[in-house]
Amino acid sequence: MNVLTDNLSLFREGFIGTVELTVVSGIIALVLGVIIAAFRVSPVPPLRVFGTVWVNVLRNTPLTLLFLVAFFILPKILFPDMDSFVLGVVALGFYTSSFIAEALRSGINTVPMGQAEAARAIGMSFTQVMRVVVLPQATRAVVAPMGSIFIALTKNSAIAGSFDNVDLFNVAKTLSNDGYDIAMIFLWITVAYLVITYAINGAFRLLEHRMEVAR
Amino acid sequence: MSASVLFDAPGPKAKVRNRIYSVVGTAAVLGLIVWVVLRLNEKGEFEGALWDIFNYSGIRENIFEALLATLKAFALAAVLSLVFAVVLCVGRLSDHRVVRWASVIFIDLFRSIPLLITIFALWVGVVGDMTPFWALVLGLSIYNGCVQAEVLRAGVNAVPKGQREAAYALGMSKTQVTAGILFPQAVRSMLPTIISQLVVTLKDTSLGYIILYPELLYSARLIANNTPVNGTYPFVQTVVVVGAIYIALCMALSSLATWIEKRGRRAKTGIVVAAAAEPAETPGVLDAATPLGPTVAAEPAKPAGPGGPEDGPGRPDSGPSGSVGKSD
Amino acid sequence: MKFRKSVAVAAAVAALSLTATACGGKEGSAGDKPEGPDSKDTKALSYTVKKDASVDSSVFEAAKKRGKLIIGAKADQPYLGFQDQSTKEYSGFDIEIAKMIAADLGFSPKQIEWKTVDSGARETAVSKGDVDFMIGTYTINDERKKQIDFAGPYYQAGASLLVRKDEKDIKGPETVRGKKVCSIVGSTPLQNIKKPKYGAKVTELSKYSECVAQMLNNQVDAVTTDDAILMGYAAQNPKKLKVVGKPFSEEPYGVGLKKGDKALQKAVADAIKAHQENGDYKKAFDATIGKSGSEYKDPPAFTDPK
Repeated sequence: MNVLTDNLSLFREGFIGTVELTVVSGIIALVLGVIIAAFRVSPVPPLRVFGTVWVNVLRNTPLTLLFLVAFFILPKILFPDMDSFVLGVVALGFYTSSFIAEALRSGINTVPMGQAEAARAIGMSFTQVMRVVVLPQATRAVVAPMGSIFIALTKNSAIAGSFDNVDLFNVAKTLSNDGYDIAMIFLWITVAYLVITYAINGAFRLLEHRMEVAR
Repeated sequence: MSASVLFDAPGPKAKVRNRIYSVVGTAAVLGLIVWVVLRLNEKGEFEGALWDIFNYSGIRENIFEALLATLKAFALAAVLSLVFAVVLCVGRLSDHRVVRWASVIFIDLFRSIPLLITIFALWVGVVGDMTPFWALVLGLSIYNGCVQAEVLRAGVNAVPKGQREAAYALGMSKTQVTAGILFPQAVRSMLPTIISQLVVTLKDTSLGYIILYPELLYSARLIANNTPVNGTYPFVQTVVVVGAIYIALCMALSSLATWIEKRGRRAKTGIVVAAAAEPAETPGVLDAATPLGPTVAAEPAKPAGPGGPEDGPGRPDSGPSGSVGKSD
Repeated sequence: MKFRKSVAVAAAVAALSLTATACGGKEGSAGDKPEGPDSKDTKALSYTVKKDASVDSSVFEAAKKRGKLIIGAKADQPYLGFQDQSTKEYSGFDIEIAKMIAADLGFSPKQIEWKTVDSGARETAVSKGDVDFMIGTYTINDERKKQIDFAGPYYQAGASLLVRKDEKDIKGPETVRGKKVCSIVGSTPLQNIKKPKYGAKVTELSKYSECVAQMLNNQVDAVTTDDAILMGYAAQNPKKLKVVGKPFSEEPYGVGLKKGDKALQKAVADAIKAHQENGDYKKAFDATIGKSGSEYKDPPAFTDPK
């Protein structure tokens, strides 16, 4: 019996599931990460503190614990009857946002101080300094680490597979339960993950290339 | 670095504005916290009886044992992953093409498979019989070993080229150069990154739940599942307690990295000490094309290009960006 | 200095956990204490340990050599296979059956090493020898027989539905259309309820107790699995939960064994039969699931081995 051909639709479902989880939680993480990074460099102390606590707490918590929070505590706080996919991407997105915020912040740090000073010297406001001078350059510096973060996110999405989401890991587990040879399952699942991670890698390389040209 | 370079010392107007933002920001954050607390209170999550379960010696011992199980797996995985890392790094820098390629493929492969799947496959028996403990430890060691190997390689590449050349000129053998000149300095400069990756290793022990290894998080789930109080399952309570333990452990480890980084910056070795950031949870970028190229061993320390974990926020060759850690 | 602060925090945590073990705290078991598994009745149960047991089986020989029998069990099913998290003791009907078998194989309860095995991991744990045998609401079916052998059935359960006490719409499997029903990965009732005939939306988690917690959070509307398991939860939490409808499938429970170990399979089956005949089985039933509301039925006829 061939694992792949026997269960092609299952594999496809798992593959799409992993991609969906990655994309949606990636967007959440990106939005949140930008906001938190802005908090962390803002001139308003409470927001800075909030950003620091956010990053330190989320980065030092196992992702599985965040999944428990999302599935068993979040519905109590918000409202019941929430979708497993939503809860999954919330856990993944929040977790990843802390890494994105850190990457952005260190990206901002790579912009030479003199430039920010020069920008201020010609009378730009904080928003202008960020928008016109710092962020465009910081973006360039963070493209590579961002790629790594999204690849890590892809891999982390496997945890969602054990929390009522259909993804590649979930498929691997189901097939293993059905008694298929684990080595073959492992092989095909690996190939599937490689496809996704290499695609992300390629996309970010391309992006990086473009940005370098723009300099 | 403080954020202050980005904006002027606030004038009177800005001061007022900042104060308003401060008040609004504080109110918003506090409001959020209060709301969460109120919501949880509504559901009766703050009833004494629910928290009382942690006053029982049995439950405490249970948590303590689970914590030991977690630390045991972590300690062994930490040591083994470093051993793997050295072996793989030596392999990657080898002069023999076959060895080099084998290491590259091994590293790339295991860095791109989710650790959860590696552990599960090891346990189910891809390579023979394995207890949950060993499946977890080996899975962690392989994955983190691959990441640490790349970190080490970055450290080796950061050693000024002249040193290697000088050593060869003195007639030292390759082994001598690697073991005596390159590795000590690589480890020294990458120590913060290595420790940051150990934090990841510690966090990832929690993946043991998938193979029934009784680590901290798995036991916490059992406690929450099996000890209903007045018909409520104490998930909130166990998550708070266990979460605090994890955060304390991880933060202690990360601050060790920050501390070493600060000390390292004081010493003048000419090699920049890596930032204690978080390079390696996000190690991923598979050097898809490049590492398979023939020039791996001779690869110089890359400038801020794409690549392995070293190119994250904590890359050693990125000059003044030193303090991306928690040093604000 | 951040570092010093964190060291202080770490030290505090360490001190806390140390005091946790040193100073003790309250004795006994935490949480709700329903009449049931760990009441006096089960304590009174005991089985005569055979001294000269011998079975021509490698699993048995290995167990004999290490002086311990490793039995896989469930830990989160009150009245069936349940582990008190404060005392670490297991209790329930499956646990009693396991003790009976162990006694006939020459192992006292003290010589049993329990291992918690979740539903999704049972076949793997048995076939790779993590446990000597598995006894935990383990339905005998052909799919599983491909990977392992069974001895039994020793009990006949049937799928049913557990709902919140105030639930009005769900009265049985015919009324779950469009409702969210929770069960665990790879379980047979889940496959059933998904069918167009019933048309429920399903949620898959790794433990039934997590399904129950989700139902109390209003995240799902019902939990489906074997009636014996569900009645345990309902009995543990009578104010908030109830079981509805008639069983809509047959779930014969067996003991999971490594494939091909015919001698051990026979020995286990003989042990169960012997205890069914001498009344231990009924006593164990009354002391455990009998209390959760399951009615005693005569044990089903053995199919494995015939």
